[in-house]
Amino acid sequence: MKQKLEEINSSVEELLKNSTELDSLEEIRIKYLGKKGELTAVLKGMGALSAEERPVIGALANEIRDFLSSEIDSKKKELEEKLQNENLVKEVIDVTMPGNKKEIGKLHPLTTVLNELKDIFIGLGFEIAEGPEVEYDYYNFEALNIPKNHPARDTQDTFYIEDNIVLRTQTSPMQVRVMEKQKPPIRIIAPGVVYRSDAVDATHSPVFNQIEGLVVDKGITMADLKGTLEACMKAIYGNSTVVRFRPHHFPFTEPSAELDVACFVCGGKGCRICKGEGWIEVLGCGMVHPKVLANCGIDPEVYSGFAFGIGLERLVMRKYGIDDLRLFFENDLKFLKQF
Amino acid sequence: MKVPMSWFADYTDISGITPKEYAEAVTMTGSKVEGVENIGENIENVVTGKVLSIRPHEDSDHMVVCMVDVGEGEPVQIVTGAPNVKEGQIVPVAKHMSKLPGGITIKKGKLRGVESCGMLCSHDELGLTSADLGYEPEYGILVLPEDTAIGMDIKDYFGLNEEVVEYEITSNRPDCFSVIGLARETAATFKKPFKLHTPEYNENSENINDYISVEVLNPEKCTRYCAKMIKNVKIGPSPKWLVSRLRACGIRSINNIVDITNYILLEYGQPMHAFDLRDLEGNKIVVRDASNGEIIKTLDEQDRTLTSNDLVISDGKKAVAVAGVMGGFNSEVKPDTTTVIFESATFDAASVRLTAQRIGLRTEASSRYEKGLDYNNAKPAVDRACELVQMLECGEVVGGIIDCMGKTKEQKVHDFRPDKINAFLGTDISTEEMADYLRAIDFEVDLDKMTVIAPTFRPDIEAEADIAEEIARFYGYNNIPVTLLTGEATTGGRTQLQTTRDVVSSLLKAHGMYEIRTYTFTSPTIYDKLLIPPDSDLTKNVVITNPLGEDTSVMRTTTAASMLNALSYNYNHQNAQAKLFEIAKIYLPTEAGKLPDEPEIITLGMYGNTDFFDLKGVCEDLFENMHIKNVKYVADTTNPTYHPGRCANLFINDKKIGTIGEVHPTVAKNFDIEEKCYLAEISFIDVFNAITKEIKFKQLPKFPAVTRDIAMLVDKTTPVGDIEAVIMKASGELLDTIKLFDVYEGSQIPEGKKSVAFAISFRATDRSLTNEEVNKVFNKILKDLEYKLQAQLR
Repeated sequence: MKQKLEEINSSVEELLKNSTELDSLEEIRIKYLGKKGELTAVLKGMGALSAEERPVIGALANEIRDFLSSEIDSKKKELEEKLQNENLVKEVIDVTMPGNKKEIGKLHPLTTVLNELKDIFIGLGFEIAEGPEVEYDYYNFEALNIPKNHPARDTQDTFYIEDNIVLRTQTSPMQVRVMEKQKPPIRIIAPGVVYRSDAVDATHSPVFNQIEGLVVDKGITMADLKGTLEACMKAIYGNSTVVRFRPHHFPFTEPSAELDVACFVCGGKGCRICKGEGWIEVLGCGMVHPKVLANCGIDPEVYSGFAFGIGLERLVMRKYGIDDLRLFFENDLKFLKQF
Repeated sequence: MKVPMSWFADYTDISGITPKEYAEAVTMTGSKVEGVENIGENIENVVTGKVLSIRPHEDSDHMVVCMVDVGEGEPVQIVTGAPNVKEGQIVPVAKHMSKLPGGITIKKGKLRGVESCGMLCSHDELGLTSADLGYEPEYGILVLPEDTAIGMDIKDYFGLNEEVVEYEITSNRPDCFSVIGLARETAATFKKPFKLHTPEYNENSENINDYISVEVLNPEKCTRYCAKMIKNVKIGPSPKWLVSRLRACGIRSINNIVDITNYILLEYGQPMHAFDLRDLEGNKIVVRDASNGEIIKTLDEQDRTLTSNDLVISDGKKAVAVAGVMGGFNSEVKPDTTTVIFESATFDAASVRLTAQRIGLRTEASSRYEKGLDYNNAKPAVDRACELVQMLECGEVVGGIIDCMGKTKEQKVHDFRPDKINAFLGTDISTEEMADYLRAIDFEVDLDKMTVIAPTFRPDIEAEADIAEEIARFYGYNNIPVTLLTGEATTGGRTQLQTTRDVVSSLLKAHGMYEIRTYTFTSPTIYDKLLIPPDSDLTKNVVITNPLGEDTSVMRTTTAASMLNALSYNYNHQNAQAKLFEIAKIYLPTEAGKLPDEPEIITLGMYGNTDFFDLKGVCEDLFENMHIKNVKYVADTTNPTYHPGRCANLFINDKKIGTIGEVHPTVAKNFDIEEKCYLAEISFIDVFNAITKEIKFKQLPKFPAVTRDIAMLVDKTTPVGDIEAVIMKASGELLDTIKLFDVYEGSQIPEGKKSVAFAISFRATDRSLTNEEVNKVFNKILKDLEYKLQAQLR
C-alpha cells in the first residue's frame, strides 16, 4: 500500500510537471484526490490494514494528499498568473483614443459672471434683492428724484405700458423698494433685466441686465463707496486693476461718480479699445441722494448710504472679449459652449 | 458741447497746458471731455496763392497751366483742370509735399508731360463744407476774397489750426452749455483767475421804449424778458473770426445778426432771438399763453398748432415766436431788415420742455431752457450782443432797455457744516479749503454766519449733499481715501428661492442642457405661430404703448416661442442637436393701473437625436433630486402647441405645474424647424413650493430584497402608468422598487395588444421575506391586473 501511495505521488508529480492547462489540473485533482480518486480509493482500503499499519499508512496518505493538493494549488496559481499575463498583453488598448464623455451643459456667460459678482458681494455681507420688471413710474422715476418733465427722463428712452407704468429703465427702483421694506443696515445687490428703447445693434439692445447695489447705515461715507467698489473691481479684474472715480450726475445720488478702470489693452496710454482715453467706463455710483432717503422714510440726518449700478453685458463682453451684444440673445450653441 | 480751446483765453489763462492734460483735468472735475479734435491736423503745406498767368496745356483741352505766386518770390507752375480758374484769383494752393484730408499727399509731377508743382484746391479737397464757408461756393477751385494775403497758411486763414474740445454735459449743468460756464470750470480746475467780461458799447440818444413796449402776462412762465433795439442794420456776412468760432462749435454762419445771436448762445448759453421790427404789429410785444388751436408757422416753415399750455411771444395781433423753442417765420431777419429787436429772455424749464415735446421740435434753445436758465444771465447776454453789433459795425444800438422781471425764486441760504461734509465724504478738508473751492465757482461763502449761497446759474444746488459734491470734485474724487465698510455686520447670502434657482440650473446643466437668455417682449402674432386660439387667456398681454416695432410690442405670456426661436436659430445654424433651458419670467396682466404678475417658468427645449422620454427623464431627475414626490404626468390631447398624442400635463398633488411634450409639427414648421422637437414649460414657484425642505434619514435595509419579473399582455391603449399604479397599490408596504424593462408589440402578440414586462422587488424592513409571503403579494398583483386592466400573464 505504501508503494501504491508513492506511485500515486510520483505519477502526480510527473503529470503536474507536464501540464500546461488549467483544465488538466482539475482533471488530475479529480483523478487522484477526488471522491472517486485513486488516493481516496487507497484510503478506503485502509480497513484491511492492521492496527499498527493503519496510523502509519494513514499519516503517509494524509501527508501525500496534503502535499499533492498544495502542489496542484501552486501549479494552478502559476498557470493562472501565466494566463493573466498573457491576457494583459492581449488587452493592450490605445490610451490616446478619446474618452467616453457625458455632455454637461453650461450656464449662459451672463449668468456665470453674475454669479461671480453675487459671490463677491455676498462675501461682503450683501443680500440679493429681486423685484418687478414692469414697474410703477413712481419707483422708476419719481421716488428717485426724477419728477415728471425732468430732463434726465430724456436720456432713458422709456417703454410705457400705461401712464403710471413703465418697463423699468434701470434696476434703481429696487433701491426704493428695499428701503421701503427694510430699515438700515441695508446691504443689497439687485440684479435684473431692464429696458430702454434702443434699436438692436452690436453695442445696443432694448433689453439688458444691470446690477444695482445699495448700502445704507449710520456713518457710511464716500470713502466707503470707493473702498467697496475698488475691492469689487479687483475681485473681478485682478489685484493690479487701477480704478478712478470721475464726477458725474445722476438724479438719485449726490455726489455722483462714474468708475473707470485703466484700459486692459494699453494700460492707460490710450488705444483703439478705450477710444484713446486710456480708461474704460464700468459703472455709475454715488452717495444716495438725501431726497431719495427721505422718500423712503429714512432720515438723511441720521443715515447715509451709497448706491451703484453696473451694466452686466458690457462687463461680460470685456471679460471674454466679446464684440457683439447680439450674441448673448441669439443663443447659438457654438457661442454658449465657449464659456 | 464743442468749444475751441482758444476761446477760453477770453476768460482765463490756460497757456502751457496741453490738450491731453486739459482733457484729463477737467474730466476729473466733472466736465467730461469726449474728445479733442484738431480740424487742421490733416492739412499741411497748403497756402493762399495768386494766379498770375494762365496758358493752355499743349496736350490737353480741359487742362491749363498756371503760374502761381505763393509768396516765395519765384512763382510756381501748376497744372489744373478747374473750369473756374482766372488770372488774378487768390486760391488755396497745395504745394509740393503737402497733405490734404483723407491721407492724400501732393507731390511734384508731370501731367501729360507738363510739370506741375502742386495743386489748386476746391473747398471739398480741404475738407470744408458750405457751412464752414458760410456760403455756397461755385464748382471748381475755391476762390478767396481779392484782399487775401498771399502765402498765408490756409489753416490760419480759416482758423482750422484749432484744438476743439467736445464735452459731455450732464443735464444738471445748464451753465456748462456755454463757453463762459466751461471757462469758469476750467479756471477753477487749474486754480487760475476767472475774469468775466463786461460788455461796453455806445448807444444813440433815442429810447427803445419810445418804439415798443413789452408786457409779460404769465410771469410764472416768463421769469425775465430783456429787449434791445438795433437801428440801421446792415445785414451781411460775418467776419472770419466769428465764422470760425461758430464753425468750431458746429454752427454754420447765416448772416451777421443771426450769427451774433448764435454766438451769444454759445458764449453765454443764453438763447436769443432777433425780430424784424417791421413785422411787429401794434408796437408791442406780449408774452402770453397761446390760445387753444392757435397756429404759428415757425422759422423752419412748418405750421405748429399750440394749446393754452404753450407760451408764445406775440405782437399786438399775432404770435411771432414759440417761447424758448423757435421764432416765427413771419418776423425773421431778412436781407433787407433795417431794425432789429433782440430778445434775451428766460422761461420756465418744464413749460418749454412740454411745449417742445408736444410740437415735436427740439432746438438748441429749447434743450437749454428745459434744463433751467439763469435769469441773471439775460441782460449781460443782450449787452454782449449789442457790443458785437458795434464791433461788426452792422447797426446802431438804440438807447434804453426793456427789462421785465417775472417771478423768480429767492436763492436758498444753506448752512455750511464742514464737519458734516467731511463725515459724509470720509475726508478731512479744512473749512478754508472748502470755502476756496466754492468761491472759485462763484458760491458766496460767509464764514462768520457759516452759510453758503449758490449762484443763480446753479439750479442744481438744492441741499448740503450738492455742496459736498462741489467740494469733492475740486478736492479730487481720487484724493478721497479708500475705506472698507464698518458698522453693524450683516450676514448676507442667498434666499432659499435664489438657491433653488441655482440648483435647478445645475441639475439641468448636468443633463447636458445649455442655458439661454431671450428677449422678454415679443410679437402679438406669436400666438398664431404657436396655434394658440385668439380667445385664449394667453393672448391677453401687457402691451407696450411705444414699442420699437410690432415684433417687440407685447410682454410674453409664454416662454414657448422664445425657446422655439432659440431652437430654430440653432437648427438653422448647423447645430445638429440642441438641448437648451431658461428660467425666466412671463408677464400676466392683472388689472388696469396695477402691475402684472411676473411668474418664472423653467423652459426646456431640445431637438436632434432625442425623444419625449429623454425630456421626461430630465424632468423626473429634476424632481427626484429635489425630493419632490407625487408628480403625475397626465396625457393632454388638447394643447394646440403640442403633438396631441405626445403631450402631458404635470401635476403635483393635483395642482397643474407644467406641460411637457413633442412640439406640434405645424408649430415646429412655423419656427422653421424641420425636425421633431420637444418642449417643457414648468412653473418655477410651484416646483419650489413642492420641494421637501427637511430631509430625514432612513435606516439602510438590513434584510434582502426578492425580485420577481412579470410580463403581461394588455390592450395597446392601456397606459404603463396605470399598470404601475395597480402594482404599487397591490404590493402595499412590501414594494421596494418597480422597474419597467420591456414593452413589445408585433409578431406573437395579438393585434391590439402589447406585452409589458416589469421587474418588481419586494423587501420588508424587519425580516427576510419568505417565498410564501412574496407569492401571496405577487398573486394579488396578478389578480388585480387581470381584474382592473384585463391583463393576461404571459
